[in-house]
Amino acid sequence: MSTPVLDCRGLRKVFRGEVVLHELDLTVAEHEAVVLIGASGSGKSTLLRCVNLLEPLDDGSIHLDGEHITDPRTDPDRVRRRIGMVFQSYNLFPHLNVLDNVTLAPRRVHAVSRARAEAEAMRLLERVGLAGKAREYPDRLSGGQQQRVAIVRSLACAPRLMLLDEVTSALDPELVGEVLSLVRELRADGMTMVIATHEMGFAREVADRVCFLDGGRIVEQGPPEQVLGDPREPRTRQFLERVLAAGRL
Amino acid sequence: MTVISDTGRDAEPGYRPSPLQRARIAHRRRQTVLSVVVAAASTAVVGVLAVVAVTGAPGWQRVRESFLDPAIARESLPLVLHGLWLNVRLLVFCAVGALLLGLAIALLRTLRPAVFFPLRALAASYTYLFRGTPLLIVLYLLTFGVPGLRLQGTPSLLVLGGIALTIVYAAYLAEVFRAGIESVHPSQRAAARSLGLTHGQTMRHVVLPQALRRVAPPMLNDLVALQKDVGLISLAGPIDAIRMAQIQTAEHYNYTPYLVAGALFVLMAIPLIAVTDWVTLRAARRQSAEAAA
Ligand SMILES: Nc1ncnc2c1ncn2[C@@H]1O[C@H](COP(=O)(O)OP(=O)(O)OP(=O)(O)O)[C@@H](O)[C@H]1O
Ligand SMILES: [Mg+2]
Repeated sequence: MSTPVLDCRGLRKVFRGEVVLHELDLTVAEHEAVVLIGASGSGKSTLLRCVNLLEPLDDGSIHLDGEHITDPRTDPDRVRRRIGMVFQSYNLFPHLNVLDNVTLAPRRVHAVSRARAEAEAMRLLERVGLAGKAREYPDRLSGGQQQRVAIVRSLACAPRLMLLDEVTSALDPELVGEVLSLVRELRADGMTMVIATHEMGFAREVADRVCFLDGGRIVEQGPPEQVLGDPREPRTRQFLERVLAAGRL
Repeated sequence: MTVISDTGRDAEPGYRPSPLQRARIAHRRRQTVLSVVVAAASTAVVGVLAVVAVTGAPGWQRVRESFLDPAIARESLPLVLHGLWLNVRLLVFCAVGALLLGLAIALLRTLRPAVFFPLRALAASYTYLFRGTPLLIVLYLLTFGVPGLRLQGTPSLLVLGGIALTIVYAAYLAEVFRAGIESVHPSQRAAARSLGLTHGQTMRHVVLPQALRRVAPPMLNDLVALQKDVGLISLAGPIDAIRMAQIQTAEHYNYTPYLVAGALFVLMAIPLIAVTDWVTLRAARRQSAEAAA
């Protein structure tokens, strides 16, 4: 087997005495889409933030393409250039228009010329149907449009790995579809992804593997049909029943 | 509050306001005219009463002679104006210096890693110390104390006074900037860092542009205060507008030059105050737009 894109071993994270990640292991192969499910507070966001080095670990190690990125001597800024992250709350920069949001990192971090960065940004915006909004400011866009811009903004840095943290949770139901279909396209392009979501239907469709998190541990993982259709662990079953009762499957 | 617009901005072709809407617009216009008339009339009445009260006072004749002598005003105006030129230059240098120093201190206070603790502590003590000390005392310490050391290359009193103003105002501005930096939501920083921007790039391209926009009104207010306080330099000796007015007053045994200096300071302040008001209004509008979004 070739080197996995992401290899987390024994991740431990503690917030004020509360253990949020318990010696967690997670491996993601190239072109694989791993979906994290689990109750609120189970540690999905924390795991993604740790992978992106936005949170310091309390133990364990993370390798990206075989490189040990949690070595104290690695420069976290260099690591983050290779990882794209999209947040629940979009986090577009409100003082920059769509085009400048997308080109900021290519220009400042990757030293791409303005003209080339803008051409590439327009190509990506075109693809998601937002080229016409390139000069708009984020507050003039709908939530779905903002989230698609946020995804494009991450893609503009040509990341090796994309981390998506509940990218549809803040959206009105009728806007969820446009964002999910963009994620589907990324999947079809072979992007390596780790996706935290509450949308079980989407998880089933887009995942190569589903991981169920509970209390900071991966309790069960496997192909979506198995984990979501015929879970082995009682805790997974309980969680899915609750989700089903809430009408989210 | 009415939801029907009375401006022609959204007018589509072919749209004619209904008779009701036209009546509404006409009524609003009458109301506006009426309120302007009432305001003007009441201002005039109060003004006349004030003038009558002051000019009718028993000591008015003497006060007018010693404060409002047109001949002395004319004579002292060029001299005071010449002094004011010093205030203007001092204001520009102190404003630029205080803005830069204040920003540097605010940025030091945002450094998180533990190794920067000493710098952070130093920056924090600076803002505590100089916001707590009366400006006058800092001014005297620098302009009387430092030359007393008789060091080689001691700068002029003007420069020392300028430094005193700069370090005190930098402390206030640092707090204004820090408030702005902290008002930018941490998720903005997380988004920038996740794109690979360094701490410095995040500050420069993401946090500061948003922070400065938000704190523009209080920042400009501090500059308005500074533009008055540059007059305190006169206490240290340099001949600025106020010092010149004082000299003229002594020469003529008449206070009119002070009034001339005061009027000039007001004139100098008006543009900055107007800009401050305009920026404040714009910021308030933007905020209510954000809240509505
Ligand atoms: N910055 C923080 N400080 C303190 N505690 C935190 C912090 N971030 C997360 N936690 C805690 O860590 C736990 C896991 O949170 P996390 O956000 O990872 O859960 P999640 O699975 O993403 O939940 P959700 O589905 O609601 O997004 C929670 O108990 C939360 O209170
Ligand atoms: Mg979360």
